[in-house]
Amino acid sequence: MRCQQCDKQAMFHITELETGDVREIHLCEDHARVYLNQAEANGEAAEGGSSSGALGVGQTAEELSELDQKVCDMCGITFFEFRNQGRLGCPHDYVQFEQELEPLIANIHGAVEHVGKRPQRAAPAPGAEPLPTATESLTSVIGLRKAIREAIEHEDYEQAGTLRDEIQQRLDAWRAAAEPARKVSPEQPGTAAGESG
Amino acid sequence: MKLDALTTSNGEWLRGTGPEADIVMSSRVRLARNLAQYPFVGRATEQERTEVEQFLHSRLTQVPVGGKLEYLDLGELEELDRQFLVERQLISREHAEAVGARAVAIDAQEQVSLMINEEDHLRIQCMHSGLDLHAVWDQVSAVDDEIESVVPYAFHDRWGYLTACPTNVGTGIRVSVMLHLPALVITRQIDKVFRSLHKISLAVRGLYGEGSQAFGDFYQISNQTTLGRTEQDLISQVADVVPVLIDYERRARDFLLQETEQNVHDQVSRAYGILRTAQTISAEETMQLLSRVRMGVLLGLIDDIDVAGINQLLVRTQPAHLQKLRGVELETKDRNIERARYLRQYFESKAADVN
Repeated sequence: MRCQQCDKQAMFHITELETGDVREIHLCEDHARVYLNQAEANGEAAEGGSSSGALGVGQTAEELSELDQKVCDMCGITFFEFRNQGRLGCPHDYVQFEQELEPLIANIHGAVEHVGKRPQRAAPAPGAEPLPTATESLTSVIGLRKAIREAIEHEDYEQAGTLRDEIQQRLDAWRAAAEPARKVSPEQPGTAAGESG
Repeated sequence: MKLDALTTSNGEWLRGTGPEADIVMSSRVRLARNLAQYPFVGRATEQERTEVEQFLHSRLTQVPVGGKLEYLDLGELEELDRQFLVERQLISREHAEAVGARAVAIDAQEQVSLMINEEDHLRIQCMHSGLDLHAVWDQVSAVDDEIESVVPYAFHDRWGYLTACPTNVGTGIRVSVMLHLPALVITRQIDKVFRSLHKISLAVRGLYGEGSQAFGDFYQISNQTTLGRTEQDLISQVADVVPVLIDYERRARDFLLQETEQNVHDQVSRAYGILRTAQTISAEETMQLLSRVRMGVLLGLIDDIDVAGINQLLVRTQPAHLQKLRGVELETKDRNIERARYLRQYFESKAADVN
């Protein structure tokens, strides 16, 4: 049997008993973890009445559905879509949904702060921007690319061209920043033929 | 073609060498990485996936990652060849079965495998035969450094390396060892062992990863969490428990020999007998029986075949390997007949060597 949320084999077969309603859920290991952690977060909240801002903690159905409608500015994924698939849409989701993800991640890992290896380039300044500048400006390219597709749909080719230049600038800036780390060939990151729309 | 050359080699995970190789088949570390400038694979458009693949292809050929890499476009490979790579543990089943632009780059020793557009844009895997986690980490981390110098990884100060699934965020590391634990299975202690592993947040999986069954008493032990601890810590979490499991398995093997030698000798001999004489046999049964014979060899109950030979059979009797060795695609039924024939021929030639 396949997982209901992806193509993997379902390893967890969960029966949910809700008032007068029996629901069968079949999930792979990863999705089961996300699902169970969520359920746990909800359950703990319901019992403890904590106001830690955890997923669904002390929130009404209305508030929850509002939460589900939150959208990532870059890739356009809604929090609801993420909850259904168990997979995020783009790196910016971790910034956009930071508050919503925090209790979920705390449940999975028992921690909310990365320790360990860092890209040598990322030069972490405590209290600095959420993403190291280079990464953040590159991540914004995802949104620009989406905007290009929309512009082309509306036949606004001038706008599409402007956006394309903008993408190029940001990729060039990354390359310039990366260069001291390593000598690379003069081709730009992620340009490919793709930006021609 | 490179793949055909691989057919006759054993692959790293079944080389059967390295520390504690009688019980530890292989040590593996993989890192999940993503590009900052693209959506994750699951949300990328077809074109974006293609761009990611092209971008990483051009970058990976620039970096010195343990010698020359063989770059394989999975979309261009036959299904049989993809299955073959899964059997060698060079790509995951999901990677083989997915659609869209995806690829893998493999080094000549089959230790390093770079999966492109799996669940994450890039998964860097390194595998050694036997128990060798710290050397594996050094190697995979060095490869990661090389790639990082030419590829903009998605990284967040607080969350670490950003991954499509929050279960991998932070270090993006999965540390696994594959163990052969037949005596713990026979003495019915295996479930108890697994329950105690779960308590310390370690996962137990079958031979081919998530969702696969543990054929032939082969199990993978790996870390569950990836955030809030250093890579070294997470490696130690797995590495520290392995000697304990080795000790349990050795004790269980001793117990079998001392208390039930007749029984275990009988089981092992019957398994050996079936493998030498069967006319049709499935991959699962073959693996189960080879597992018993492997234990029999290690216990000194069978002395006309060696462990290296068993390891070789373990991989060569897998469906895709068998078909590639025979040079023809076969239905399951014919495969089972061919597998039995292959096994009989192998043991006959071994017997001839001895005489």
